[in-house]
Order: sequence, then structure tokens, then C-alpha cells
Amino acid sequence: MTRPVPLLLAALALAVPLSLLAGQVWINPLDPNLPGAIPILFELRAPRAVLALVIGAGLGAGGSAMQGYLRNPLADPGLFGIAPMAALGAVLSFATGLTLALPLFALIGAAAAMAGLGLIAAGNARSTALFTLAGLMLASLAGALTSLMISLAPNPFALSEIVTWLMGSLADRSWNDVAIAAPPTALGLFALSRAGSALDALTLGEDTARSLGFSPQRLLWLMVLGIGLVVGAGVAVAGIIGFVGLMVPHLVRPFTDQRPSSLLAPSALGGALLLLISDCLCRILPLSGGELRLGIALSLIGAPFFLHLLLRLRSEIA
Amino acid sequence: MILAAENLTVPGRLAGVTAALQPGTLTAICGPNGAGKTTLLRALAGLQSGPITLGDQPLSAIPARTRAQAIGYLPQHGEAAWNLTAKALVRLGRLPHRTSAAEDEAACHAALAALDLLDLAQRPIHTLSGGERARVLLARVLAGSPRWILADEPLASLDLAHTRTLLQHLRRLADQGVGVIVVVHSLAHAMNHAGRALVLHEGRLAADGLPETALSADVLERVWGVTSEWIGPPGARALSL
Repeated sequence: MTRPVPLLLAALALAVPLSLLAGQVWINPLDPNLPGAIPILFELRAPRAVLALVIGAGLGAGGSAMQGYLRNPLADPGLFGIAPMAALGAVLSFATGLTLALPLFALIGAAAAMAGLGLIAAGNARSTALFTLAGLMLASLAGALTSLMISLAPNPFALSEIVTWLMGSLADRSWNDVAIAAPPTALGLFALSRAGSALDALTLGEDTARSLGFSPQRLLWLMVLGIGLVVGAGVAVAGIIGFVGLMVPHLVRPFTDQRPSSLLAPSALGGALLLLISDCLCRILPLSGGELRLGIALSLIGAPFFLHLLLRLRSEIA
Repeated sequence: MILAAENLTVPGRLAGVTAALQPGTLTAICGPNGAGKTTLLRALAGLQSGPITLGDQPLSAIPARTRAQAIGYLPQHGEAAWNLTAKALVRLGRLPHRTSAAEDEAACHAALAALDLLDLAQRPIHTLSGGERARVLLARVLAGSPRWILADEPLASLDLAHTRTLLQHLRRLADQGVGVIVVVHSLAHAMNHAGRALVLHEGRLAADGLPETALSADVLERVWGVTSEWIGPPGARALSL
């Protein structure tokens, strides 16, 4: 079996320097006299690359954990309320004019979703089914309230800001954004790593996992905390970036032994790589009127991928 | 160490079941559909709250990992969400243990060998037949080397040869001091292989004892409503309906 972690690390070691050089202004590393190269590298591209790595790792690992928890290969962290609730929080900051506190609002939205999911699903023997239903309810509610906020936007500028932000992007992000996103993502990844064995046991069903000594309540809270933090942190600084958590686990799963715990690290690395490359392509694609938004690009790739998965599942079932 | 239920009541399913189960015995739980067999087994495994004790301790007071090392549980409808190899799946049975990789490997190898699965060890679980998959799921329980094995209808999808292999292996484990409790529908298997039979009827314990008495024609008529007769020598009896 191919070991995906060393391969992904090698790919990242290649992709990170290339991503720093690529953009509207290409930087030649052999020509150190390019005017403005240092600020472009260290103030514009480096924070953007680090953010892509941080958010991508969180979304990739969050996706693999979510699929393991729900035992469903079509699960994605964005489908279960946390990302939409974080987005709702962010939109509230636009609506109230408190845009400086946007990351805080988004994290509060994610925290509210985490608490809601935890409280609804906790204490029940069938917590994964309740988690799914509660997540879908929260996603629907958050979507409706976000639409309401958009329709009530105080002026066209606020409306434009909200809609643009919801598209998801890493453009013009700074080291401050890295400082906002990295700590919660690290904490979330730690929580997810602690869930690995329990997710493996859950492969055999909830009863068997309990009989193997794993507490469904502890697992539920680890998932709520881990996924809430990685998704909330991502939405807080980059808006909605979907499909990474769906696609990456699928792409790396064939290279693992399929245990959910063995998928976490490759999914984190794969997510980081996918977001870094996607952001780089968005930056260099010639597009009149600015660069392609990262959220849109990933949705354009992700939706056909999702359809491909559905068709494959259909043929497997048949 | 005795595994016991004391006046176990689960509303709508079990009504005041009391039974003290001995290690070193293969105990069969029998009864018609809906009699409460699975509920009793889940309670004995610690998955359903109730007055269950292991030794002199309430099961609920035993740390989950310790309980998992002592009691291996096979649910009625085993599932495997991901397409693990048979060996990787069996290895999940070692999760409650903090032992060396070599010990885990040895336990998995022994479990696979016991159920005639070594040739299938590297096969993805979703490519196996129903019977092969059922054996792999049971091997997962055996890999944990538990002192109690609680299996809900482990024979349901096995062919004749593997049914015999499994029953012989469970009896061997019981002879070695393991407590084995299996839910079975085949009363002939219970009669010929179990050391004790519990018969449940509408949530109550209708009979408990040696299979010859607990599964007598009278009990069968009272519980299943069928007139029948045991024929053949002890150890190879068949039920004539």
C-alpha cells in the first residue's frame, strides 16, 4: 500500500515555494532585484499560503472525521450547520456594521451550532442520526436567516460586501488572519486526532463501539468541538469554502487501509495541498474584473465530483 | 467470575429476568421472535442499563475499557461501514487493549485461524459473502480474548461446515473457562452443544437449566406453541415436528 503522508508532504514541500512565486506578478527567485518582491512575498503571498494550509488542513481532516462519524462517504462539514451558522454570524457583523469583529461573530456562530448539535444529540443512543438531523435543521435555519439578512441589507454596499464575502476567498488576507485562524484550527485538529480510535470502532456500529469501551458522548463532543473549531476558524477568515471536506477524504482513502483514524492525517495534508493549489490557480487565472473567488472555484470542481460519487454509489448499490 | 442479571426489567421487553451465568459454560438463549433475547444479551453486555453484575461489581461501575476487555459482544446485525480488509477489521477487536503490536498480531492471527479465515485475511470485507463476513465479525470478538463472549445469532448466515466449526470452537473456549452466551434459533444446536439453556417467552424467563429440561417438549409446546419430539441419541438430537 502506498503511504500517502510522505507523498503529500513531498508535494507540499514542492507546492509551497511555487505558490509563493506564482501570481499576477511572477517572482523569479534567481532575480532578487525585482522591485517589491520582498513585500509581495512576505506580506501578501506568505500569509495567504499559510492560511490556505491551515484552513485546508482543518477542512480536510474535518471532512474525514465527519465521514467517519456519520459512516457516510457523502458527509461534508459544510452540510451540517456549522459552516452556515458561522456564515450567519459573519453576515450579522456586516448587517450591524461591526465588520471589524467579523471573525468573532463567525466563531460565535460556529460555537452556537456546536452547542446546538451537542445538546440535541447528546444523551441518546442513536446520537449520529440525531446529529445529522440536527445539523440539517441548523443548516436550513442558518441559510434562511442569512437570506433574510441579505434582503434586509441597509445599503447596496453592505449587500455587495455580504455577497462577495460569502463566496469565500483568501485574497488580501494578512498575518492577522493567520493569527485568528491558526489557534482554533490547531485545537480542532487536536480534538479530532483524539477521536481516531473511537471513529475506528464506530465502523462496526454504535452498539459495537460502545461494547469496545468507547463513549458515544465523548466522541460526540470531540466531533462537535473539533469540527466546530476547524470549520468556524475557516469561515471566520475566508468565508464559505465548500467541498474540500468531501473531496479530499475520497481522494486519499484508496491509499490508506480505510480506517477513519488512518485517514485523518492524509486528509489534513491533502486538504492543505488542495486549497493551496486552488488558491494559486485562482490567483493566476486571467479573469477580467479581479480574480476568481476560491469558494466558487471549489464549488465548480466539487459539484461534479459529488455527482460522480453519487453515480458511483448508485452503480455499487445496483 | 459470574455474570448475573437480578430481576432485570426493561419496559415492554423484559419483565423480572434473573439469571446467574457461569464462566466455562456455553449458554444458549432461546425463545420466539420478540421474546427479549437480544435485549437480555445487550443488557448483559452493558449496553442496556439494568441490574447486571460481573463478579461482585455492578457492570455499570466497571470502567468502560475494563468491561470491554472482559466482555466481547457481537450484535445481531453486524455491519462494517468502510471496506477494511478482513484482517484490519479483526484488529479492531484489540482496541480495548493496550498491548504490543506483536501481541495484537498474534491474537488476530489466532482468531482468523480459529474461524478458517487466514486465506481471506487480505480480502476487503465488502467482497466477502454474507457467511464469510459473519465469521470475520465474530473473529473480531475472538481477537479481543474476552473472558465472556456474548454473540447474538452468530450462526444465522453460516453454512453447515462453518456452523459446526464455530460451535466446536465456542465449546472449546467454554472448556477453557470462557463464558459463552449465544442467542440461537436452532433448538437442535442449543440441545446438542449448550451446557445450559435460557428460554425467554414474552419478556419472562420460561425455563432455565440443562438443555434436556429447559428445552423439553412441554416447554416447546408452552412457549412456541408447537407439538414436537426430540429424536436421536444425546449430542446428536433432532427435533421432529
